[in-house]
Amino acid sequence: MRVVFPFTAIVGQEEMKLALLIAAVDPSVGGVLAFGDRGTGKSTAVRALAALLPKMKAIVGCPYGCDPATPGTHCYSCRERVANGETLKSKQIPVPVVDLPLGATEDRVVGALDLERALAKGEKAFEPGLLARAHRGFLYIDEVNLLEDHLVDLLLDVAASGENVVEREGLSIRHPARFVLIGSGNPEEGELRPQLLDRFGLSVEVKTPEDIKTRIEVVRRRDAFEHDPEGYVAHWKKHDEKIRKKLSTARERLPDVKVPDAALERAATLCMSLGTDGLRGELTLIRAGRALAALDGADEVTDDQLKRVAPSALRHRLRRNPLDEVGSTVRVERAVTEMFGA
Amino acid sequence: MSEPAGTASPWVDAVRAAALFAVDPIGLVGIVLRAHAGPVRDRWLDHVRDLLPTSVPVRRLPLHITDARLLGGLDLAATLAAGRPVAEQGLLADVDGGVLIAAMAERMAGGTAARLSATLDTGEVVLERDGLAMRFDTRFGVIALDEGLTPDERPPGALLDRLGIRLDLSMVSTRDAIEQFYESEDIVEARARLASIAVGDDVIEAMVGVAVQLGIDSLRAPLLALAAARASAALDERDAIGPEDAALAARLVFGARATRLPPMEEPPPPPDQPDEDEPEPPDQSEEEEADVQPLEDLLLEAAKAAIPAGLLAQLKMFGGRQRQRSSGKAGELHQSKLRGRPIGSRRGDPRAGVRINVVETLRSAAPWQKLRRGEAGEPVPVAGKGKGKGAPVRPQPRVEVRRDDFRVTRYKHRSETTTIFVVDASGSTALNRLAEAKGAVELLLADCYVRRDQVAMLAFRGKDAELLLPPTRSLFRAKKCLAALPGGGGTPLAAGIISAALLAEDIRRRGQTPTIVFLTDGRGNIARDGSPGRPKAEEDALAAAKLVRSANLTALLVDNSPHAEPRARKLAGEMGAMYVALPYADAGAISAAVRATVLPAQRNGAPAR
Repeated sequence: MRVVFPFTAIVGQEEMKLALLIAAVDPSVGGVLAFGDRGTGKSTAVRALAALLPKMKAIVGCPYGCDPATPGTHCYSCRERVANGETLKSKQIPVPVVDLPLGATEDRVVGALDLERALAKGEKAFEPGLLARAHRGFLYIDEVNLLEDHLVDLLLDVAASGENVVEREGLSIRHPARFVLIGSGNPEEGELRPQLLDRFGLSVEVKTPEDIKTRIEVVRRRDAFEHDPEGYVAHWKKHDEKIRKKLSTARERLPDVKVPDAALERAATLCMSLGTDGLRGELTLIRAGRALAALDGADEVTDDQLKRVAPSALRHRLRRNPLDEVGSTVRVERAVTEMFGA
Repeated sequence: MSEPAGTASPWVDAVRAAALFAVDPIGLVGIVLRAHAGPVRDRWLDHVRDLLPTSVPVRRLPLHITDARLLGGLDLAATLAAGRPVAEQGLLADVDGGVLIAAMAERMAGGTAARLSATLDTGEVVLERDGLAMRFDTRFGVIALDEGLTPDERPPGALLDRLGIRLDLSMVSTRDAIEQFYESEDIVEARARLASIAVGDDVIEAMVGVAVQLGIDSLRAPLLALAAARASAALDERDAIGPEDAALAARLVFGARATRLPPMEEPPPPPDQPDEDEPEPPDQSEEEEADVQPLEDLLLEAAKAAIPAGLLAQLKMFGGRQRQRSSGKAGELHQSKLRGRPIGSRRGDPRAGVRINVVETLRSAAPWQKLRRGEAGEPVPVAGKGKGKGAPVRPQPRVEVRRDDFRVTRYKHRSETTTIFVVDASGSTALNRLAEAKGAVELLLADCYVRRDQVAMLAFRGKDAELLLPPTRSLFRAKKCLAALPGGGGTPLAAGIISAALLAEDIRRRGQTPTIVFLTDGRGNIARDGSPGRPKAEEDALAAAKLVRSANLTALLVDNSPHAEPRARKLAGEMGAMYVALPYADAGAISAAVRATVLPAQRNGAPAR
């Protein structure tokens, strides 16, 4: 496997790192969008996260990696096998982090006819695509604002329903495809379609660090890594291990973290004062707050967590007013300060 | 082989850069070479090729390469022959270990640049196409040939950010392009030394410091400069990066990236102090420490010497931060059914006025042949069969194509409109007018995703016109550029009209359709040559207006004087522009007027070239 830059060695970019960890603790938060300057380590962070995730249990021989613990969500093949009286075995597999590269064709994204078998044996079989591979894991799109429109439409549909329906080339198949969408890009390359924007639970703005000490540290670490990747990763292994443990613990704690009525009310008032559309903002705010509380080791969601996740959860949901001088980040921060105090 | 001092001729620098690149193409990622096609450029390219080991692949990246060739895909002929899927490597995988030469990089599409960048970043091509999922490891250096003429015409920002060195040979004549200092043996030796070159912390700190002082945001820049310095040290047989290596790297990597000049403060501390003040010298180097100048100042001087003259003047004028002129070229392409550049294919019915892609259709039909023949109960044809004379030949299609297989070609067609706002920023109402124009720009941009139009903004005041916002589709960028608005002074109407016409021509050259919107009362008082005087100014303005008409540009003149101004109407007439009187026009009204008048006219028949 390719050696990736260790997650814990990334200097600064706290908001992005936190958002990724939150999404890893609770996938229902709904994905992360990292938009920002060039050369700030957006894709480095995502790839580093992949190396960090604790393993998960999956059914052996299932092309979609179904979860043995939730029979209700199983795919057609697992159901069939159970119906045939088979006992399903499970094993630990790494959480998939699937790249959706630019230039991918539709057939590889949704899945299509298995070429090999069709050509060699003349059989009609379905070969799962990227959406199937990303099930229960992450789907990462770098330069998400350059993605072709017809692929964006397709993704929107699947991300909303959690199910991929393939009706093509005489194949008719549906399989579960629940994944955390992670996108990154540079706003100077163009805006993101509002519908796609809304699909991301958290949105972070990535900026080049201004502080010269931080910048020096970034360059130094990157240079050291490129000089000796393996050695560098080994050096940071302990730190990464710690985060991995923290993730596992947080996931276990998550169901027990309480959301008091006061927090719900706070979230609702905050969203109302900002005029965010729909309920998605509130929902994301609460879920992200809960995941953060789990990471913090807290028993319930407090103002502190809400305050920390509010900018990421809400900044891309404000109704856009192009004549407004103030950026949406500032608007959220102002509203937060007003409500919670500085 | 001595190191050229602080400044060197562009050719000497270019030759040195060629050597650095040949030593470490992957670390430097690449070179952007701005030059016209011609003997100088050819000589330089030949020199690079001579320096590279002969085994190294050198490939050309054509401008309109398809994804199948760039990334790879299904090899149709081999697949059919072999009866199993055979993958074909793309260019990016072919060039592993070598050098990719991107021709006409200033016109490279954002999509191509993004694919190239992703490969450069990760060192692998991820192929998810045509039913194939494969990964190819690949590492290579890039030479981007930039033939742009204006400062705005340059390779995509994603690429500029990644390629280490930028050279400009457009002013170098054939006579100057003679000397070459390096032989391929030097390169081979340097390559062997590269991994062992030590990098002192002081060098890293100085590089980062200089980048900050010159307003270079991207953290890739200091890393690339380190790579360049390392290659330079290897080339000159040093064990560690010396000040001369660092200075050279700063010049080659930072020079063209500078966005501001360092603040002019008191001169650096007197030169006799560094003995005590300087951080511990790195253990490897001994000799250069006698140098009186702290490394950072040395690098800064070197980089400053390399800032292109035009840019330098601009930076000085603005004093502060120069606007980022990154080209947000991506996504500005429009998809059309029949015209433009093919960008791949998709499933579709060839009836609805689209063009069928025969090869792609065959490709999608290929895997099914065996199945379909089996379904129809026909024997699989055997090669050579049916040659015998008189054999009963049943007309059997060689390839059975069904409706599901049809693939139609998708085209991209640069048909989008770029609306240029030309704002009269003179006199007392200037600020107000500018703010409204800015509002209109942002309103138009806010819904431009649907139409994929671009917007630019020019302001004229004092003696000249100034481009406030280069054509963009990004609201984000518009906000960044329009933050500070100048206002006040005379009304150089003629200059404003001429600048707008030039910009429009520029846009047209890029294959887009320009539209000009003037916001003025039509009362110029500064002539074209900058001299005051109303009669001359108005004469010049009318002459400039004729220019707009003769260039056949679509224009709208919004008269924002309190009462409809005859001069403005006359000016509009001369330009062949539509005229709208909008006293006290606000942002909403202006953008509505633009949408209602100009854009539809644009769509229905205005000359789109």
